[in-house]
Amino acid sequence: MTRFDPRLVRGDIPLMNRVINGRPITYLDSGASSLTPRSVIEAMDRYYQNHHANVHRGVYQTANEATAIYEGARDSAAHFLNAPGGSEEIVFTKNATESFNLLARSWGAHFLRPGDVVLVSEMEHHANIVPWFQLRESHGIEVRFIPVGDDFRLDLTNIEELMRGVKLVSVSAMSNVLGTINPIRELADLAHAHGALFAVDGAQSVAHLPTDLVALDADFMIFSAHKMLGPTGLGVLWAREEILKSMPPFLGGGGMIKDVSTDGFTPASGPAKFEAGTPPIAQAAGFTAAVRYLEGLGMDHVAAHEKDLTGDALTRLALEFEGRVRVIGPADTEARGGVISLDVEGVHPHDVAQVLDQFGVCVRPGHHCAKPLMKRFGLAATARASYGPYSLVSDTDVLLEALTHAVEMFG
Amino acid sequence: MANLDDLYREIILDHYRSPRNRGELAPPAHRTEGFNPLCGDEIVVYALVENGVLSDIKLTGHGCSISQSSSSLMSSAVKGKSLEQVRETIATFKELMTAPEGTSDGAVENSSSDVNLRRLGELAALAGVVKFPVRIKCATLAWNTLTQALDEISA
Repeated sequence: MTRFDPRLVRGDIPLMNRVINGRPITYLDSGASSLTPRSVIEAMDRYYQNHHANVHRGVYQTANEATAIYEGARDSAAHFLNAPGGSEEIVFTKNATESFNLLARSWGAHFLRPGDVVLVSEMEHHANIVPWFQLRESHGIEVRFIPVGDDFRLDLTNIEELMRGVKLVSVSAMSNVLGTINPIRELADLAHAHGALFAVDGAQSVAHLPTDLVALDADFMIFSAHKMLGPTGLGVLWAREEILKSMPPFLGGGGMIKDVSTDGFTPASGPAKFEAGTPPIAQAAGFTAAVRYLEGLGMDHVAAHEKDLTGDALTRLALEFEGRVRVIGPADTEARGGVISLDVEGVHPHDVAQVLDQFGVCVRPGHHCAKPLMKRFGLAATARASYGPYSLVSDTDVLLEALTHAVEMFG
Repeated sequence: MANLDDLYREIILDHYRSPRNRGELAPPAHRTEGFNPLCGDEIVVYALVENGVLSDIKLTGHGCSISQSSSSLMSSAVKGKSLEQVRETIATFKELMTAPEGTSDGAVENSSSDVNLRRLGELAALAGVVKFPVRIKCATLAWNTLTQALDEISA
């Protein structure tokens, strides 16, 4: 594709043909999971139709093909992220949550000592909070939070104080509730200046902003395929090669060993050390297709498109509802992505989502697995709309129409 | 197709906007909390039982229109009733919230539920909830919390 056109992207998504409650689907839940292009579905289909076999150590033709497909996905990921050390730095898991657990249980449990601090932020997803709390219980580490200011951005006023004793800073590149884009390069520098490592939760950012790991200078990045037009069941942990080498295995079993005897085992080298059992091979095929698709669109085009959509939506929400619909997130589109959390006066988010469903509009009500953040702003839940590369201004039109109905109904 | 008007009946919206029996009761009234961890809805039931009668009930908490109106409707339905009658009403309501197997339209079409609907009075306004399966837990939160309260009181 030479020129980015969201209408063509939409045409590539079979699910966009769905009719919900008599209306064409208005899918505004890409923050939870993105829709899947035909080429991704076909890549997985091709794998099952022509190449299905277990990976590694097979001698026969299709086993070699399956291995090539699976290992090829590592190359795709490394290229997409501009990973400094290439595909040897890409570990596949089942989702971003498992990647965080791998990071905590392998790197964290091995290198952290009682009293060592892991610094996260108040706007993290539970996946970047709970594994550290579990490590606090088992290993006596301390978990500290960077506060979020009233402007919905990280409050770095006391960051020097917060950095005391920190061994790892782990922060999301983009909030899944506020849409806030965090200054991750600045945080990486800060972490390194204090002798700490830096992990990025890229679950919300990888499909919506360009990613360049060389420029970012982080040590770990975590995300999942299903939020970037790929299939469910595949997550990624990227880590610098020398760090991966120093980490003990995560889950034990087949595939992650070099040798096993009745005396014990020697772990495999490379990413395989962290990939026990049969990996998600079909998903890897789909992931490669998704990466190719996004590279074809150009992530800078995707980011610019979603920024336009977000700016338009924020302006119209403010104009049409005159304060009855509050956006929980930054107003400045330079500081945020296309995740728009709404607090509708007098209407509970579940009721908002229920009314919107009647219009075929898919938004997510709830705490979005970020309860500390919800508590910070005194909310039990929000109704969240989020864009993808296939979203159009007409989606916002339907959203506003349905929101007007919800406000009138409960007003 | 489930219609939005089946869910948001006028009685439901009225109880949501002006909830009955809202507030707290001091001891010896019994206090029980109920949570819906999925959506963050929260209900606190204050129940005063005297001589086998639920002589007073008040509720606080926050949640969607279905959970809040259901708790308001429940309080009106059970206040001043004998514990036996309260348990009966709870059982009838829970039955209403269980869609009979094989019918997508829910309990409203069920002949045995016609009797229930008459017995339930205003509560019958919640019958449409069963057509929206994910909202059933919203409607039953207050009722489960009241059941827990009665169990704790009689324990």
